[in-house]
Amino acid sequence: MNRSRWKLYLFLALGLAFLYVPVLLLVIYSFNESRLVTVWSGFSTKWYGELLHNRQLLDAAWLSVRIAATNATFAVILGTLAANALVRHGNFRGRTGFQLLLAAPLVMPEVITGLSLLLLFVTMEQLVGWPAGRGFTTITIAHITFSTAFVAVVVRSRLSQMDRSLEEAAMDLGARPLRVYMSITLPLIAPALLSGWLLAFTLSLDDLVISSFVAGPGSTTLPMVVYSSVRMGVSPQINALASIVVLIVSVAVLVAGLLSMRQQPTAKAN
Amino acid sequence: MTNPAERRKLEPWQDPKAAPYVRIDHVTKKFGDVYAVDDVSLDIFQGEFFSLLGSSGCGKSTLLRMLAGLERPSAGRIYIDGADVTDIPAYSRPVNMMFQSYALFPHMTVEQNVEFGLKQDRMPRKERAERVGEMLALLQISELRRRKPDQLSGGQRQRVALARTLAKHPKLLLLDEPLGALDKRLRESAQFELVNLQERIGITFVTVTHDQEEAMTMSTRIAVMNAGQILQVDTPTAIYEYPEYRFVADFIGLVNLFDGRVMETQDDQVLIESSLGRRLHMRDLHPHAIGTPVTVAIRPEKLQICSTYQENGTNQVKGVVEDIAYLGDVSIYRVRVSPEMLVEMTLTNVHPRTEQALTWGQEVAMEWSPTSGVVLTE
Repeated sequence: MNRSRWKLYLFLALGLAFLYVPVLLLVIYSFNESRLVTVWSGFSTKWYGELLHNRQLLDAAWLSVRIAATNATFAVILGTLAANALVRHGNFRGRTGFQLLLAAPLVMPEVITGLSLLLLFVTMEQLVGWPAGRGFTTITIAHITFSTAFVAVVVRSRLSQMDRSLEEAAMDLGARPLRVYMSITLPLIAPALLSGWLLAFTLSLDDLVISSFVAGPGSTTLPMVVYSSVRMGVSPQINALASIVVLIVSVAVLVAGLLSMRQQPTAKAN
Repeated sequence: MTNPAERRKLEPWQDPKAAPYVRIDHVTKKFGDVYAVDDVSLDIFQGEFFSLLGSSGCGKSTLLRMLAGLERPSAGRIYIDGADVTDIPAYSRPVNMMFQSYALFPHMTVEQNVEFGLKQDRMPRKERAERVGEMLALLQISELRRRKPDQLSGGQRQRVALARTLAKHPKLLLLDEPLGALDKRLRESAQFELVNLQERIGITFVTVTHDQEEAMTMSTRIAVMNAGQILQVDTPTAIYEYPEYRFVADFIGLVNLFDGRVMETQDDQVLIESSLGRRLHMRDLHPHAIGTPVTVAIRPEKLQICSTYQENGTNQVKGVVEDIAYLGDVSIYRVRVSPEMLVEMTLTNVHPRTEQALTWGQEVAMEWSPTSGVVLTE
């Protein structure tokens, strides 16, 4: 028994190592003195300093963050509406169809989503003159299309776990439907909205394929810059940048986890 | 004895001039093709503690939800205090409901939960605080006011839920399985508390329950429901002693049912040839014609040990004790009287169990009086 336990830990360690050692190496090498990414020559933070002066990279990062935040906000609104329709409105006509359409972006190959959106934007520009050119707007719209699906999944599971009688009790106590939604439903599904937002944010932040299709000149997102510069040869600056992204994402995931953990017992209580 | 005037006050349903407080008028509710509630009419009077009793899926909860306004009847009208409320949404009805799960808002404190309904009415802050204090005091939960629902025990949650529903001084309080989520010990004390509370505040209560014992102890009247219909509406005593349907007799407590056919009638006395192979002599409140197939229902505690057994005696039967269920105060004896028939007899355990006269495998003769059961046709 002790033996098999020891083996279990070994496999766990191997699994975790497989997942996280590369990330860890990347972070360690961001503090490397040398210009060569694979040779360690001493500790230094100079690449972080250089990163701060790399306008191209910083602009791309800022654009990506703006796109990610806008995308996440719209995705949460649309995803929540969709989840509400699915959970709260019973078997409306075309429910199955709606469900399929909503889930499609989850399984659709990104190349196809990207290409079809590009064709759509080009056609629309020719027909109605909007969106004019490709850039922030088109990338954001493209990201919203798939982020919404993810948010809907998260919010939907939370909504369907929620005791329906809570809303009925509020209505019974004199609250009109909108009031019920604002003071009972929303606070109770807030953790799901937040994790949905963070999920949409990260999905958008690291999307490369779809962005590449619908981006225009002057609207290069961070993953696009990273990808193209890696092809020229990896600079330790990229390591530094990646470390910062890892840090931000870790903190966000941690915060989301803590929030949902704190909400969980109260949600179960009823 | 109480005089007639007083009796009418205590039992308004006996008074032909009393106006019902809640009137359910030919109400039907369909979900798709299924009739959850099927053409139900019912009058409930002010100050009653009325119970809808039935097994799950009989439509009792749907009926309650229609009173609350959470479901809309497919047909029929509902009146409360003289006003037609059928088309009034739940949030505008002078009715509050306590949910089976209590449905306390998990993100609000006890105080905020109780205050929620008052806020919706835009009651001034000072008045609101007063009313909340009153309600918390009424249910003796003032010291819990700052707690969240997940920090409360089952019994405390029930009190908070009650306080919240009573806070708006509803005309009618609906309770869906009010004691269902409590454990057995707590449930018994809560039954009495609920009845006392209701008598103190004088609000009309309508509860839904599947627990016949609960309905018997608490209610002024009980409506027994089955398959979306109300079978019988009566006081707990009448429901137990004079059921009108086999289903009602069978649903409430234990009962022995003997099938038979009417042979002779005289006034309210009836002679029945039964499947036991002997004659039964019963009093029949609704005399049936000769030849009618009937069922005689006798409660196990109405049976007695017979000392004058005769092979052809009426209201007598003999068999062998097959099972004994010892419940402490009483024991239920299952006596095999024929290969396909068991008769249940309850005897009070006057003596300690070890000294009891009846034991397994023993032959026993039983009898009952003509007034101790009812004659049913359906």
